[in-house]
Amino acid sequence: MDGTAIDSLLHGFVVLLTFKNMLLMMVGIILGIFVGVLPGLGGPNGVALLLPLTFTMDPTGAIVLLSCIYWGALFGGAITSILFNIPGEAWSVATTFDGYPMAQQGRAGEALTAAFTASFFGALAAVLLITFLAPLVARFALRFGPPEFFAVYFLTFCSFVGMGKEARHKILISMLIGFLLAAVGMDTVGGSLRMTFGFSDLLRGFDFLVAVIGLFGLSEILLTMEEKLAFEGKQAKLDLKVVWRTWKSLPRYWATLIRSAIAGCWLGITPGGAIAASFMGYGLAKRFSRDPDSFGTGRIEGVLAPETAAHAAGTSALLPMLALGIPGSGTAAVLLGGLMIWGLQPGPLLFVEHADFVWGLIASMYLGNIAGLILVLATVPLFAAILRVPFPTIASSVIVLCAIGAYAVHGAVFDIWLMVLFGVVGYVFKKLNYPLAPLALALVLGDRAEDAFRQTMIASRGNLTVFWSNSLVGSITSLALLLLLWPVLSDIMKRLRKSGDGVPTGAASG
Amino acid sequence: MSRGEDAVVSRRTVELFVSGLLSIVGIGLAISNWKLGASWAADGPQPGYFPFLLSTMLALASLYGVFDALRGRHGARGDAAFVKRDEFVRVLQVLVPTILFCLATEFLGIYVAGFLLIAGFMRYIGESRWISCVAVALVLMASLFWCFEIEFQVPMPKGPIEDRLGY
Repeated sequence: MDGTAIDSLLHGFVVLLTFKNMLLMMVGIILGIFVGVLPGLGGPNGVALLLPLTFTMDPTGAIVLLSCIYWGALFGGAITSILFNIPGEAWSVATTFDGYPMAQQGRAGEALTAAFTASFFGALAAVLLITFLAPLVARFALRFGPPEFFAVYFLTFCSFVGMGKEARHKILISMLIGFLLAAVGMDTVGGSLRMTFGFSDLLRGFDFLVAVIGLFGLSEILLTMEEKLAFEGKQAKLDLKVVWRTWKSLPRYWATLIRSAIAGCWLGITPGGAIAASFMGYGLAKRFSRDPDSFGTGRIEGVLAPETAAHAAGTSALLPMLALGIPGSGTAAVLLGGLMIWGLQPGPLLFVEHADFVWGLIASMYLGNIAGLILVLATVPLFAAILRVPFPTIASSVIVLCAIGAYAVHGAVFDIWLMVLFGVVGYVFKKLNYPLAPLALALVLGDRAEDAFRQTMIASRGNLTVFWSNSLVGSITSLALLLLLWPVLSDIMKRLRKSGDGVPTGAASG
Repeated sequence: MSRGEDAVVSRRTVELFVSGLLSIVGIGLAISNWKLGASWAADGPQPGYFPFLLSTMLALASLYGVFDALRGRHGARGDAAFVKRDEFVRVLQVLVPTILFCLATEFLGIYVAGFLLIAGFMRYIGESRWISCVAVALVLMASLFWCFEIEFQVPMPKGPIEDRLGY
């Protein structure tokens, strides 16, 4: 075991345990649960909306507040899934499959306790992973120069295209739009203006926060209005007896929990995100079950598996963000943007130059999730009551919040208009199954990826073989290309196997 | 089938429109970046090189999208409604007030515009009573004002009314 990691973590707790930070933690979790419960507000835009409030705070307090909003949102999404059959977040869609049937059978308390505890377990697994793995990755990454960094960015983008579930050309289009938007404005290497077409408002370029608020926030309100939500909720009663009985039954499902935690951590580090993880966790639990047909009728594993995986993925998405400066999810991308605004340079040097900040954050992940579990168990009835507020009140307040969030980034009214435009684009894209996460990711990383590439090219005098100049950068680049071409390769392999089975029709031509 | 169930526009049409628009944007940006200098200089790429490459790829991927939508392999899903009439009306019920709210922000500041949006929305879409609309909107905007202007000192666009009050 790594002794230095434990020392650093203890130091992190010392940084964290001030009255102000504990207060921020509580406030963050409660706001987060709120954000998770409300349809139309989610992890990425909930964090983006509150980012302006942290501009004047110290970075440690700011990241504690924002990351706790994220933990709260992860917990809160389950409440509406189970009680109202409405996923408050995309990552709790899979929780509705068995959670709502359980609530209908009068087992809402059991389902909620299971969901929260599973979330807690998943998060804990991911935080342990971060505690021991992140410093190693960061130390390793200290040897990185521009070519290595570009190769890692390239790997991230390729894995999105190669591993995504949506149509490939749509993933590619979404990512390219992100890159192009990032390139608008001043060229960071040469200083020339690109794609501004004479508009002075475009000199600044497009800020990804404005895009995130529109794409994920306003578009969600438009979609929710279109679907005409009707809230028909089940009563939530959580007494300690139910909680205790459910906890006693959980060790029986250790295999499901561990399987989901591993799947979640994996998908969080590779940019699969919490949404993919929750479905994968559910699918795995169903496949390994002795009675797969009973899933969907109110099985507790159907709640445990997606919640564990979603929370593990959501938490472990912060590992590549901290160690390499590459976010593993939409929310991590927003937090990364926050780091840059507070004047911190994300990446491996963060562990050396701002150890207080990093270890304070990691310590807050432990405490935040414990506090989150207790707070969410205690406040379920309160938050379930929020959905009795008529939707028009919620919708209009969220729109005002989105406008405030967009304006606060640069203090420009132009950005509010942009946010509305992004909202409409997000609405159309979501309906046509264009994924939005690649756009947000490319918008955040676009400039840095280009800088890394051009610095590499200046150093190597325009020689592309520099990306295979040593074993480290060479294997990352090769892995990236492999991931990019994975769909094509697996297709060819499938066809080969088919023709081997003696199916001659047209297989050889492919 | 009632009129509300009629499709305003089919999914295929919107797919075509979006892919077509993106191809045009891609081509346009490619031309703009070509003019900026998109070749490979002695010290690596020129400023327009990356955007040129990206916009060309965007144009190609979107042209594939046009082709994919025209091919019509998606069958019934492609012919399905992108949005039905009553759904579209509900979307406009949010979108139009949002645009009006942005306009009002330019002149009245965000707090007054926000008050009008929330109160109006609750009244006409939510059909709440006038008194509760005004009360809720006032409390919400006042607490936002307190939070941003006084507590965290993040200034928001303000209009003539805040001016009179000395902010």
